[in-house]
Amino acid sequence: MNSFMAWIEQRLPFMDAMNKHALQYPAPKNFNFWYVFGILASVVLVNQIVTGIWLTMNYEPSGDGAFASVEYIMRDVDYGWLLRYMHSTGASAFFIVVYLHMFRGVIYGSYQKPRELLWIFGMLIYLVLMAEAFMGYLLPWGNMSYWGAQVIISLFGAIPVIGEELTIWIKGDYVISGATLNRFFALHVVALPLVLVVLVFLHILALHEVGSNNPDGTNIKKPKGSVKPEDLSKFEFHEQYTKKYDIVDAIPFHPYYTVKDLVAVVIFLILFSWVMFFAPEGGGYFLEAPNFTPANGLKTPEHIAPVWYFGPFYTVLRVIPEKLIGMVAMFAAIGMLFALPWFDRGIVRSFRYRSKIHLFNLTQFAICFIALGVLGTMPASDLANLAGRIATFGYFGFFVALWIYSKDEKTKPVPERVTG
Amino acid sequence: MKKFILALLAVFPMLAGAAGPSLDLDKAGNDLSDKESLKRGFESYLNYCLGCHQLQYQRYNRTFADLGISDEEGLEKWMPTGEKVGDHITNTMPAKDAAAWFGSTPPDLTLEARFRSPDYIYTYLRSFYVDEKRPFGVNNKVFKDVGMPHVLQDLQGVRTMDEHGELSEATGGTMTAEEYDAFVRDLTNFLEYTAEPNKLERQNMGYWVIGFLFIFLIFAYLLKKEYWRDVH
Repeated sequence: MNSFMAWIEQRLPFMDAMNKHALQYPAPKNFNFWYVFGILASVVLVNQIVTGIWLTMNYEPSGDGAFASVEYIMRDVDYGWLLRYMHSTGASAFFIVVYLHMFRGVIYGSYQKPRELLWIFGMLIYLVLMAEAFMGYLLPWGNMSYWGAQVIISLFGAIPVIGEELTIWIKGDYVISGATLNRFFALHVVALPLVLVVLVFLHILALHEVGSNNPDGTNIKKPKGSVKPEDLSKFEFHEQYTKKYDIVDAIPFHPYYTVKDLVAVVIFLILFSWVMFFAPEGGGYFLEAPNFTPANGLKTPEHIAPVWYFGPFYTVLRVIPEKLIGMVAMFAAIGMLFALPWFDRGIVRSFRYRSKIHLFNLTQFAICFIALGVLGTMPASDLANLAGRIATFGYFGFFVALWIYSKDEKTKPVPERVTG
Repeated sequence: MKKFILALLAVFPMLAGAAGPSLDLDKAGNDLSDKESLKRGFESYLNYCLGCHQLQYQRYNRTFADLGISDEEGLEKWMPTGEKVGDHITNTMPAKDAAAWFGSTPPDLTLEARFRSPDYIYTYLRSFYVDEKRPFGVNNKVFKDVGMPHVLQDLQGVRTMDEHGELSEATGGTMTAEEYDAFVRDLTNFLEYTAEPNKLERQNMGYWVIGFLFIFLIFAYLLKKEYWRDVH
């Protein structure tokens, strides 16, 4: 057995990779609650891929057959209802954990130098995830699927000159039809998942190159020779890390964080199961009531709302009276997040050691983002539009204010070593 | 962090109110585990509803199995028109003609209880009143200007609406108000069943899965604690 492993190792350094990325990977020892959402996102990704494969076995991607095939899965396929609820609940769970994962990065400054590229990969994952979710939502071919897609695709019609042609090109037809459904199916089950998996791989590689940030925002990799031997971490790490740095306050990812994350995964699964088994509609937000009737181009649902996870950006779009400007603002709202590492000119990462004004800015940003999300699921009214405009202002204001005050921010001294 | 949680708490009531304009619906109070009620609802559905409203995603034999009816008994008693036992519960009304007769094609009702709600169905079927301006002489308080005639009028009798929008007691039906409510409750129960035949199985499985996860959580936590003794 050992000689077999050695034979493999000479040709593909499997154990070396395991050591580098798990057994001897130095992770800061002070990770808190906020640091579990990356693992949870991976768990949900695997869930989506596996349940998706089995759903595909019984789903029929055609305008005539899609809705009925979903009901066939719900009724006639053994445990088909379970697969479908795992997938539909998983879609919403994905966004919940990804939003929390992103917020973690924002409050602890995990996007700052040298982790800009890591952040960009994360944002690309988020972008592809939104496209994946949008296309997946059309597939059950319910009436909200149809009209939700109608609203989003018609946005592109606001682009000058090419707009109308572009929407027809996207739909593959003059209206949303079986042709649209088929191409969305292809993208949803083949193209975008491939891209997603590659991006997740790159995200993790980039993470392991620069190392994880931590709630104190300190560096656990010190210049070689600068740390007294008794202060060095007592664990053994891969030479890729120890050759260049002295490592403090770190523990190997495996087994310490694998067992800790296991606890988090089980707690997550309890919450997930609770929704899936007892409230799979998620109060009408995960599965929307109008989606229990088939797509009908002549019958508009009373109140068309995109699924909740698009809410924040949908509100930005909606509260701006001019459609084209609204669309630009909506994409800019996502673009701002991409550029976050360059809006923040500070060098202190964690909000723990930054100014009061930064804490205030983070808080108002979180409140505005949630408010935008809530408003996105509600029917438009004068009051909702006013609230939406204020929240939009707060959202963009976060980045502008950050850029202004972060240059000469009054920060507290950052400790040399982690505190937790 | 505290502020963040407070903000979350503040928006939850808003979320609850976001579900749209709510009608004043009566509570159906039906019980999915009551098989006798489901059977009565099934029978009423075949007698009064199926002529116009299909259950095109629901099969006869699945219904028999879930309601505790054998296939033989089902074929003889509930399927007199010669379909196969594995067929979906459909009718033969031509959709185009139906649209001409009623103003729109009567919708399939397999998923009605999830599209609307059981309470909606329960209230709707009890809210018809006399309105001479409508083609069938009736209107509905829950679904204004509905195209459907009051099929159950013989059972319930007729109600009228006063100037305040209140409905009178029904008069002239073969059932008392309590009997009619129970009749509609059974029908509602059956439609909640067809909307999701696995609902009880789903909830039952949920208790086992979550129970297992809680036990697993204890061991996962102990494992974590044991390993982390090295760190602290």
